Amino acid sequence: MATIPEGFIIPDFGSAPAAAGGTAPAASSASAPSTYAGPRKISFICSKGNLDMAYPGLIMANAALGEGVEVNIFFTFWGLDIIHKKLNKKLRFTFAGNTAMHMPELGYLRPGLENVSFPQAMANLPGMTRFGTSYMKKAMADLGIPPVDEMIDLLEAAGANMYACKLTVDMMQLIEADLKGIKGVISATDFIELSEGGQIVFI
Amino acid sequence: MPTNTLNGYSFEVDNEGFFEDREQWSEDLARELAALIDINLTDEHMKVLKFARDDQAQTGLTPTLNRMNKTGGFVVKDLFALFPGKPAKKIAWLAGLKKPTSCV
Repeated sequence: MATIPEGFIIPDFGSAPAAAGGTAPAASSASAPSTYAGPRKISFICSKGNLDMAYPGLIMANAALGEGVEVNIFFTFWGLDIIHKKLNKKLRFTFAGNTAMHMPELGYLRPGLENVSFPQAMANLPGMTRFGTSYMKKAMADLGIPPVDEMIDLLEAAGANMYACKLTVDMMQLIEADLKGIKGVISATDFIELSEGGQIVFI
Repeated sequence: MPTNTLNGYSFEVDNEGFFEDREQWSEDLARELAALIDINLTDEHMKVLKFARDDQAQTGLTPTLNRMNKTGGFVVKDLFALFPGKPAKKIAWLAGLKKPTSCV
């Protein structure tokens, strides 16, 4: 490797794997002693199967991979739908129970309407979930965010380690062939073991 | 604005070291920069950098890996192999572009 001249500002590309760099766990965390001392890693637990709850984990995992962080994702309970070959194109978004549902477009109708939350009584009308789902899919597509099934392909190509929860697979009577992009069907204990030393994000 | 100098080249950078002006970039400079992060620029690398520059010229935004895959036809796995660790940032830097800002 060529030497970097003095005064040269170079973006943080992480350290060479052997050396402990900025992405290594802080040595001062003596309160939580751990035997792990490798590079930074993050584990995501995706437990929801709604369209709006599928994206946060996938997007953050993708960002982490782009930063050179090791990523494990554990899909459990309804989150299994995110990697289900037949279901992950059909994830839905509902207004019901979501008081934070505002639509920016309504502001063009009358200023102020964009901040009014969607009436809950109307959320259960027939067709509302279909409308909400297509509305959200369009909003994401407009921002250049791929659909969920393509996000899984992207994560797999970027090197994410994805696992399905064994208990849920048994409970939902699925087989591994139903699921896409995963390295295996593992138990919660296995996942806790392989996420040692990393941060865990539960979604 | 800080200025980086390297083997006779000089270019303005932001606080993190990304290029401020894409016109101060050249292929030869990219080779010099790549040596600093232990990458030997091949034609494969250069194809990616050229696409990133062309795309940025059109959209005004540094392309993300997803965009390089969708629009440029590059395989994400290959990009990780060519620019290990932080591919999007390394590509942006070696192509003389600003730090990528999009999420996906």
